[in-house]
Amino acid sequence: MFEVIFLQFLNGLDKGAAYALIALGLTLVFGTLGVVNFAHGALFMLGAFTAVTVRLFLTMETVTIDPTQLSPWGQPLEVREPLVQAWLGDFGGVLVNYSVPVSILIAIPIMLLIGIALERGIIKHFYKRPHADQILVTFGLAIVAQEVIKSIYGPNPIPQPMPTDLRGAADIGAWLGMQANIITYPIWRLIYFLFAGIVIGAVFAFLQFTTFGMVVRAGMADRETVSILGINIDRRFTIMFGLAAVVAGLAGVMYTPLLPPNYHIGMDFLVLSFVVVVVGGMGSLPGAVLAGFLLGILQSFASMNQVKAIIPGIDQIIIYLVAVVILLVRPRGLMGRRGVMES
Amino acid sequence: MTNYMSRKDLTLFLGFSAVVLLMPLWLAPFGAGYPDLLQRFMIYGIMAVGFNILFGLTGYLSFGHAAFFGVGSYTAVWSFKLLTLDAIPALIFAAIVSGLFALVIGFLCLRRSGIYFSILTLAFAQMSYNLAYSVLTPITNGETGLQLTLSDPRVLDQVTGQTFVGQPVPTLLGQQLGGFTGFYFCAFFLIAAFFFAQRIAGSPFGMMLRSIKSNQTRMQFTGFNTRPYALSAFVISGMYAGLAGALLAVTDPLAGAERMQWTASGEIVLMTILGGVGTLVGPVIGAWVIKYFENILSALNDNILARFWSFLPDGVADVVVKVTSKFVGDGWHLTLGLVFVIIVIFLPGGIMEGVRRIGAAFNRRRGGTPDRATQTQPAE
Repeated sequence: MFEVIFLQFLNGLDKGAAYALIALGLTLVFGTLGVVNFAHGALFMLGAFTAVTVRLFLTMETVTIDPTQLSPWGQPLEVREPLVQAWLGDFGGVLVNYSVPVSILIAIPIMLLIGIALERGIIKHFYKRPHADQILVTFGLAIVAQEVIKSIYGPNPIPQPMPTDLRGAADIGAWLGMQANIITYPIWRLIYFLFAGIVIGAVFAFLQFTTFGMVVRAGMADRETVSILGINIDRRFTIMFGLAAVVAGLAGVMYTPLLPPNYHIGMDFLVLSFVVVVVGGMGSLPGAVLAGFLLGILQSFASMNQVKAIIPGIDQIIIYLVAVVILLVRPRGLMGRRGVMES
Repeated sequence: MTNYMSRKDLTLFLGFSAVVLLMPLWLAPFGAGYPDLLQRFMIYGIMAVGFNILFGLTGYLSFGHAAFFGVGSYTAVWSFKLLTLDAIPALIFAAIVSGLFALVIGFLCLRRSGIYFSILTLAFAQMSYNLAYSVLTPITNGETGLQLTLSDPRVLDQVTGQTFVGQPVPTLLGQQLGGFTGFYFCAFFLIAAFFFAQRIAGSPFGMMLRSIKSNQTRMQFTGFNTRPYALSAFVISGMYAGLAGALLAVTDPLAGAERMQWTASGEIVLMTILGGVGTLVGPVIGAWVIKYFENILSALNDNILARFWSFLPDGVADVVVKVTSKFVGDGWHLTLGLVFVIIVIFLPGGIMEGVRRIGAAFNRRRGGTPDRATQTQPAE
C-alpha cells in the first residue's frame, strides 16, 4: 500500500511542477505589475513551440544519393543526414538527440524578448484600466498568439522525442533501499521535476539575494515609495515580466516530450494555473509553488482507481472543487497576504 | 403605451424589431440571408443580451456562461426525447433548469467579486464541462453528443397519438421548425428577450444593478443588501443563456459538451465587448458581427482570394493572396483576436462607442455640444 501511495505522489510531481512554474510566472506578473495576465498560457505554448522550431532547424536534412548502396527496392540508396551532423560530426548528432534541452538556451533570450515587447507594447497601457480590461486584452493576445502558431504549425500536436539516453524509467524504489522494480518512474519526469525545482530556486534566489531582486521586492510591497526614492521601478518591473515569460517558456520547452504541443496547450494549462494561483493566494510566490505541487499531487491521487470507485469523476473536477472551496472559505488563498485582492 | 414606455424606448424597441424581422430581406445582398445563419444570429443575440444584463449592467464578468447554454441544450433535447417533440415545453424546461442551475452557482460565486468571481465561474463551467464528458455520459452521451432517435419514449406524443416518419425533428404545434419558420420562431424570442432586457434596464431593479456596478460598497453602507439583486441578475442572465441553448437544440437537435467549454464562454465575452458592453443593442450587434464574419471569412479560400486580388500585378497578387489567406478560412480566429485586441485598446465601448464618437464628431462640426462617451467600470 505504501508503494502505491508513494507512486501516486511521484506521479503528481511532474504535473505539479508544471502548474507551479506557470503559477509562479503568473504571480510574478500579478505581484509586480498588478496585471491579471490571461496571455500567460500562450507564453507557455510559445516556449513549447520554440522547442519545436529548434528541432525543425536541427533536423533539416541533406539528401545525397549513394550509388554504392541499394535500397530494398533496388534503387540507389538515399542517405539522409541532418545538416548539423554533416557540419559538426558527432557533436551535431548529440545536438539533434538533445534538441529539447538545447532549446532551453535558445528559449531564454526569445522568451525574454517576447515578454518585454509584450509589456512595453501593449500591457503598459493597461495599468490604469480596470482588471476586467486587462483580462480582456490579454485574453485577446492569447487568441492571437494561438492562432499565429496554428497558422504556422497546423492544428495537430507535434510530438517531440526525448533524448534516447533519458527514455527509460528510474527505479526509485531501489534507490531508497526498497525492493527493486516496484516503484519505477520515467527519467524525463524526474528531470522535469528537478528542472522545475532549479528554476523556482533560481527565481527565489534572484529575488532574495540580488540588489535587483531586493528593489523588485520593495517595489512589490510599495511601488510609490520606491519610485519616490529615485529608482526606475517601471523598468525593473518590465524585466520581471520578461522573467515571468522566460519561466513560462521554459516550463513549456521541457514539457514537450511529456505532452506533444499543439496550439491550445497553453489555454489548457492556463485555466488550471489560474486556479492554482488563487488557491495559493494572489500575489504570494511561495503560495503559488506550494499550491501547484499540492494540486498536481491531489489530482494524481484523485485519478487512482480506488478513489474513482468511491467518488466517480472526481479526477476530472478535483482541482476546481478545491479552488471553489478555498475561494469560498478562505478567499486570500493558502498563503496570501491579508488585504491583497481580498473582496 | 406611451406612459408605460418612454417614446425613446418605444422607438428603439420598434426599430430593433423591424431590423430583426426584416433581416432576411436586408441581409440577402450581404450573402447572409439564409435561415441557418439567421437562426444563429437570433440565438447568440439572446445569449449576448442576457450576458449583458450580468456584465454590462451589474459589472460581473462571468467566464462560465457557456455552462448555462449547455444545460439549456441538454434539457431541451431530453424534453424532446422523453416528453414531446414540441418546442414550447422544451424551452420552458430549459429556462427553468438553467435558472435553477444558475441559482446554485450564482449563490456560491457571488460571494466574491472582481477577478475572483471570474475565476469561480470559470471553475464551475470547467467542472460541468469535464463532468459532461466523463461521469455524466449517461445523461450527456459524452463525446458523441445527445441526439434524437426513433426509439425515444416521447410520452406525451404517444398519448396524443402523434407519429413521425423518418428522423424526428422538433416541431411547434405540429408544424416543422426548419428554415424561415425556425428563424421567425427564434426572432420572436430575441425580440421578447430584448424587450424584457429593456424593461429591466429602465426599472428600479435595473437602477439597483447599475449602482452595484458603480459602487457596491457604498450601496451596502447605505443599507441595501446588494446580493439578492446581483443573484437575480445572475439567474436571469443564466436563464437567457439556457433559452438560447434550447433554441439551438430546437434548430439543430444535437447537444454536445463542447458547447460548455470555456472557449465558448470566451466567445460570448468577445461578442459583448465587440458590440459595446452596457448598451442594449451593442451586444446583439457584436453577436451578429462575429457570427457573420465567422461564416463569411471561414468560407473564403485561396481561389476566391485570388479572384478578388486579380486586379493587382501577378507577383504582387500572389504575395497578397498568401498573406490574406492567413486571416481567412481556418485562420479567421486570428482576425477576430486582432480586432478584439484593437477594440479593447482603442475603443473600450465597442462598436456602439464608435458610432457615438462618429455622431459626436458630426455634432461638433455643426456646432452642437459633444457628448462625452462614458467608459464602463466593472465591479471590483
